[in-house]
Amino acid sequence: MNYLLRMRDIVKRYPGVLALDKVSIDLQPGEVHCLVGENGAGKSTLMKVLSGAVKKDSGEILINDKKVEYHSPSGSQALGISTIYQDFRLVPELSAAANIFLGREMKNDFFLNKKEMNIKAAETISQLGREIDVTLPVNSLSTAERQIIEIARAIIGNVKILAMDEPTAPLTSKECENLFGVIKKLKNNGVGIIYISHRLEEIFEIGDRVTVLRDGRNVRTAALKEVDKNDLIKLMVGRELADEYPRNKAAKGEEILRVENLNSEKITEVSFSLNKGEVLGIAGLVGAGRSELVRLIFGADKITSGKIFIGGKDLMIKSPAEAIKAGIALLTEDRNLLGLFMNLNVRENISVSSLGNMLTGIFVNKQKELIAAQNQFDKLRIKAPSIETAVETLSGGNRQKVVLARWLEMNSNILIFDEPTAGIDVGVKYEIYNLINNLAEQGKGVIVISSDLSELMGISDRITVMCEGRITGILQASEASQEKILDLATKFSSKVKYAG
Amino acid sequence: MQAKVRTAKFVELVSEFSIGLALIAEIILFSQFSQYFFTADNLLNVTLQASITAIIAAGMTFVILTAGIDLSVGSLVAFAGILATSVIKINLPVYLGLSLGILTGLLFGVFSGYIAGLFVTRFKITPFIVTLALMTIWRGVSFVFTEGRPIWDLPEVFSYLGGGRVAGVPVPTIIMIIVFVVSHIVLTKTRFGRYVYAVAGNPEAARLAGINTNKIIISVYIISGVLSAVSGILLASRINSGQPNAGLMYELDVIAAVVVGGTSLFGGRGTIIGTFLGAMLIAVLRNGLNLLNVGSYVQQVIVGVVILLAVLLDQLRKK
Repeated sequence: MNYLLRMRDIVKRYPGVLALDKVSIDLQPGEVHCLVGENGAGKSTLMKVLSGAVKKDSGEILINDKKVEYHSPSGSQALGISTIYQDFRLVPELSAAANIFLGREMKNDFFLNKKEMNIKAAETISQLGREIDVTLPVNSLSTAERQIIEIARAIIGNVKILAMDEPTAPLTSKECENLFGVIKKLKNNGVGIIYISHRLEEIFEIGDRVTVLRDGRNVRTAALKEVDKNDLIKLMVGRELADEYPRNKAAKGEEILRVENLNSEKITEVSFSLNKGEVLGIAGLVGAGRSELVRLIFGADKITSGKIFIGGKDLMIKSPAEAIKAGIALLTEDRNLLGLFMNLNVRENISVSSLGNMLTGIFVNKQKELIAAQNQFDKLRIKAPSIETAVETLSGGNRQKVVLARWLEMNSNILIFDEPTAGIDVGVKYEIYNLINNLAEQGKGVIVISSDLSELMGISDRITVMCEGRITGILQASEASQEKILDLATKFSSKVKYAG
Repeated sequence: MQAKVRTAKFVELVSEFSIGLALIAEIILFSQFSQYFFTADNLLNVTLQASITAIIAAGMTFVILTAGIDLSVGSLVAFAGILATSVIKINLPVYLGLSLGILTGLLFGVFSGYIAGLFVTRFKITPFIVTLALMTIWRGVSFVFTEGRPIWDLPEVFSYLGGGRVAGVPVPTIIMIIVFVVSHIVLTKTRFGRYVYAVAGNPEAARLAGINTNKIIISVYIISGVLSAVSGILLASRINSGQPNAGLMYELDVIAAVVVGGTSLFGGRGTIIGTFLGAMLIAVLRNGLNLLNVGSYVQQVIVGVVILLAVLLDQLRKK
């Protein structure tokens, strides 16, 4: 058997955690080998070992049956290994083209050949089925567009082994299909692909083999033909899950939030309401204005006109601090960029918004803080050595739980979750659904934004669909279907324009 | 659970420890070469010499923690001293004049810090530029205001602040210790302190977590301004005059102390204890080299090398 890549008995130890315990995986040319497992199972760490970003403690890596040693990402790149990380590694101020060619710029003798690079970059992006103005700085692009840039950067060089960590998390279904097309092309060219995703449907669509990791150990490697979704879930979580989407059974109470004719730079004439005990979903394509709408309600951006009623009272919310006081919580879309403080530990990240309730005189009451943080830590079953662990060392799902814990500690009446399950494994997803239902049960109002339509239909009582900054329809869960939602989400599709 | 909490704390301790160890090593080394060095008299003298820049460094720590910088501190020292001495010179009853003078100096510190904070937050100008401009402005104002001549002929009691001793301990040393104790408590035990670290770590996340980030940033510049004014008044009292060129280049000594103390210029990481040890490390070095009769030119080279080594040590420890 010809192996493109073999990683054997890889061990990686972090302070207090054995992240990888003799993990092995192999890859053949033209194969898509999927890697699945719960958060903290060690998938991302394994990828970082492969890319050279993290140093392994022991084990060996063989490429074409030859043992290789490298100690940096540039070392792995020289061997034809390319990695797309879960969190972006783009330079925000540089143009898309400059990012794609970062570290391997094309030159005319001494000067950069910008023209050639722009053309090549644009070509690669259009292969991915998008049109993006590659001369724009990356910080002016949307999350989905940045992901495209990240993928373009990974495939533009002479890549033999491509590792993708949650590449589809910020993408719409159309963009995912384009990406799968590209993956198939790469496969035909003999590129071996290691593919990490929490979306199991995807894995069955594009994968050849799958390896399941749990708690840093190999559980099973199998051809995808031999297993089904339930098998994988069982292997990942080590137990069986009940329904994929537990329904909200809470009784609906009085109105808790009403928005009337809200306008801003990106939102036009939005009106809707939310009741106690209700889970309201917001659907829409990337760029439809979903995050922008909830940011307005949370006081994070400027409202140009319109009214927000909370518990029947007309409130002018001008800052997140005021929104929090009015009982609103917002779990932001990008937890790393907008949610977490990497320089603080788990306890401090949990308590940061509720310190006002933990004061004794002018001092933070350490005891109250410890108890509150430990309580949320246990309740949400955050996997970390202790509440004093730096959040930086936590995996994606556990980081999300830390931010969730912060808002739960606030005990807000209106909770807004923006893509709460993006990049999170099934086990934790299920916990989050239960948590949302629990909040509704307590008489709180919950708004959930999600790009995963089956999830949204599974957990919402009603679904608001947005397109181009407007609400194009509000559906009852009983009448919602993928087709109806997509129809409403693309209502102005003739006018849909991509950035650039 | 308890044991794990303890290990986390232990790591933090070790980080401050490495500077502390360097300081102890330095003290042992100098004790070998100079008999006078390890005497109460000399060690108190070191704290007195360190006090002026150390007090400013405490304020600078707040600013640098938010990934900012305050270059205006040296000029603030000069003008705060000039304002205080000018008011004291007005023919008022001595203690009233003294109190008013000190108050004026401190209020000026608040004012300058507020202006810096306002430009950084409201107008989004980088701290480096804002405080560079203020540094030039206050230095210029100091010379214009005094027409380049020092202000002296001050009442005897004023010199007590900078030159007096309580139970043998110099007054500036006492003030320095108070400043550091209070700063440490503010930074580690109050909500404001936690917010400083949060804003430093991720300003947008801090805003979305309900923190009034502008208020925090303006506050750290005010703290730096006020503590610079405190130092300015102490210095004016020590030299018994208001000098327009007082505090020249202090900003560099102060930043060195903060950085040697382990505070990251990118913000988010650092402690007041670290800054204290950093300031002491440099002051002990200067004092020891003086006792060994090392010329001031060579001293500059040695101090520079020690700063590099200290920061290198810190960097290696992080890996």
